[in-house]
Amino acid sequence: MSRALDILKDAGSVAFFALLIFAPFLGVQLGDNNAGNLTLGARPALLAGAVALVFGARVLMRLWQDHRPTTQAAKLSARLKPAGRFIAPALLVFALIMPLLPGVPAQYIDLGVLILTYIMLGWGLNIVVGLAGLLDLGYVAFYAVGAYSFALLAQDFNLSFWECLPLAGLLAACWGMFLGFPVLRLRGDYLAIVTLAFGEIIRLVITNWVSLTGGPNGITDIPNPSLFGLRFAMFPGPGTVAGVFHITPHPWQRIAFLYYIILGLALITNWVTLRLRKQPLGRAWEALREDEIACRALGINVRNTKLTAFAIGAMFGGFAGCFFATRDGFISPDSFTFMESATVLAIVVLGGAGSQLGIVLAACVMIGVPQMLQSLAIYRMLIFGIALVVIMIVRPRGFISERRPTISLGKAQAISADLISQGKG
Amino acid sequence: MTTLLALENISTFYGPVQALRDVSLEVKAGEIVTLIGANGAGKSTLMMTIFGTPRAKSGRITYQGRDITALAPFEIARLGLAQSPEGRRIFPRMSVEENLLMGAQVVKYANYDKQLALVFELFPRIEERFAQRAGTLSGGEQQMLAIARALMSKPKLLLLDEPSLGLAPLVIKQIFGAIRQLNRETGLTVLLVEQNANQALRLAHRAYVLVNGVITMQGSGPELLAKPEIRAAYLEGGH
Repeated sequence: MSRALDILKDAGSVAFFALLIFAPFLGVQLGDNNAGNLTLGARPALLAGAVALVFGARVLMRLWQDHRPTTQAAKLSARLKPAGRFIAPALLVFALIMPLLPGVPAQYIDLGVLILTYIMLGWGLNIVVGLAGLLDLGYVAFYAVGAYSFALLAQDFNLSFWECLPLAGLLAACWGMFLGFPVLRLRGDYLAIVTLAFGEIIRLVITNWVSLTGGPNGITDIPNPSLFGLRFAMFPGPGTVAGVFHITPHPWQRIAFLYYIILGLALITNWVTLRLRKQPLGRAWEALREDEIACRALGINVRNTKLTAFAIGAMFGGFAGCFFATRDGFISPDSFTFMESATVLAIVVLGGAGSQLGIVLAACVMIGVPQMLQSLAIYRMLIFGIALVVIMIVRPRGFISERRPTISLGKAQAISADLISQGKG
Repeated sequence: MTTLLALENISTFYGPVQALRDVSLEVKAGEIVTLIGANGAGKSTLMMTIFGTPRAKSGRITYQGRDITALAPFEIARLGLAQSPEGRRIFPRMSVEENLLMGAQVVKYANYDKQLALVFELFPRIEERFAQRAGTLSGGEQQMLAIARALMSKPKLLLLDEPSLGLAPLVIKQIFGAIRQLNRETGLTVLLVEQNANQALRLAHRAYVLVNGVITMQGSGPELLAKPEIRAAYLEGGH
C-alpha cells in the first residue's frame, strides 16, 4: 500500500514540475481583440490535460520499472542473440538491393544516402568514443576538413572526387593528430570541452578566411563523382554514363550511384573497425578506455595509441565530408555546426557505445524518423523528443548495451551492461 | 648476486608535497624484496616512480646497470620490468584472454604460449575463466589475473603493489604461495609492496620499511619480524 502511495507521491511531484514548466507555455495565450489590443487568455483545459498526461506517464513508468524482473534485460539479450546473428546480414542485403527494388521512390534512396552518411560518421566517431573512450564533441571539424579539402582541391587544381577522396582522408587524419596532441593529457569532461572548442575554431576559421574558403558564401559547383571517368548528365552524349551504355538518362542513376559510393565507404569503415578490434592496436584502444593507468603499467605507449585513435577516427570523418561535398555540390560553414557533432555523438551513445549494429539502428532513428515524420509538421520534433526519452528509459545504456569479447573460445558469455553497472560484473 | 634494480637518493614530489625523501634501495637478481609501510607512507609512489610516472625529481634509478630515470614508462616496460598496479586495475569489459594479450603486447607476444602455460599452472582458475569477462571474476581471481597479466611479458623483475588488498586470508595465502613458487622455480625477481607486513616479511628475503617517504629500516625478513618496533607498529594492534 505504501508502495502505491510512494508512486503517487512521486508522480505528483513530477506533475507539479510539469505544471511549472507548462504554465507559461501552454497555460496562457496571447491574442488580440478586434480593437487591435493584445489580450492575455488562459487555457486551463489544455494545461490540465498536459499535466495529467505527465502524471499518468510517470505512474506507468514507475509501475513498469517495479514489475520489470531484474534479469529481464539479460533474458532479453539472450533471446535477441540468435536473432542478432541474422539482423546484420539481413540489413546488409537490404541495403545492397534497396535502390534496385522496383517502386522505391528516389527520395527514399536519397534518405538512404543521408542515413548512410551518418552511419559512417557514427562508425568513425565510434573509434574515438566507443573504442578508445575519448569523448570528442568536435568531430564535425574533421567532417568539415574533408569537405573543404575536396571542394578546394577540385576548385583550384581541378582534381576529381576519386583523386581527392584519399587526400581528404589523409588531411583529416593529419588534423586529427594535430588536434590530438594538445589534449593527450586530458580526460572526460575536460577533453570534451577542448574538442568542442576545436570544432568551433575550425568552423570560425572557415567562416572568416574569406579569401580561401569563400567565407559564409561557401563553395559552389563542386564536381560530381564519375563512374570510371564517365559523367552522369541529363543528356546522353560522349563521356556520359547514359551515352556509353545507351540508356536513357535519369536522375535516379546519379542518386543510386551516390548511394552505392556511401554504402561502400561505410562498409569499409565498418570492416576496418572490426579488423582493428582484433589487432593489438584495437585491443589497446579498448584497454585505454577501460583503464589508462593499467595501460601505462603494461608498457603501452599511451600517447601513440590515443593519437592513432584520433587520426583514424578523423580519417573516416574526412571521407564522409568529402562525400558530403560531392553529394550536395555546395558547402558552407552552416553545414558544420556543433549540432552535427551532437547528432553524431547522440547516434553513438544511443546505439550503445562500442556497438556497430547499435549505431546503424540509432542512425535510422535519429535521422530517418524526423524525415519520415515530416508530414506531421509541427509535432515532428515533439514526437522525436518523446521517442528519445522513452528509449533512454527502456534501454538506458543504448540499443545494444553489451559487448562480447572480441576473441573467445566459442563459449563467450555475454553480460548485460546493466549487471556491470550494478556492480555484479 | 648481481644487482638488478637500484634506487639512489630518489626524491619525488606531488606539486609542493614531497612524497619520497632520498630513498635508496636495491633489488638483487633472484630475490624477493618487500617494502612495507603504513597507508600514505609513499609505497605506491615509489613503485610508480620506478616506472616513470611521477618522475623522480632527484636521484638515479638503474636497472641492470642502465640509467632508466628519464625513460618513458613503455620504454621501461620493454627492458623486462612488469608491474601489477595497486587495486588490480584489470580491464573489466574485456575477456580474461584479452587481458593476458594486453600484458604480452609490450614484447610483441614473444613467448606468449610458454607464459600462458606458466600462468595456467600457477593459477588454474585463470584457465577456467579464460573466455569470461574479467569484470565477472571474484576479487581473488582478479588479483590472480593482474599478476598473470604482468607475467605475460616474461619479465625479469616483477613489481607487485599490494596484491593482498581486500582479499580473504585464504586467497592471500594462495597468492603469496604463487609468488614464492614463481621465485623458486623460474628465478623471477620480485619487488613486493605490502601493508600486510606479517605475511610479506615471511615471504621476502629482504625488506625495507618506509615511513613518511623515508626508509627507516632494512634487513632480512626474519630479522625485521623479530624487531620489537616492527611488531608494535605493523604486526600487533590493528593489522
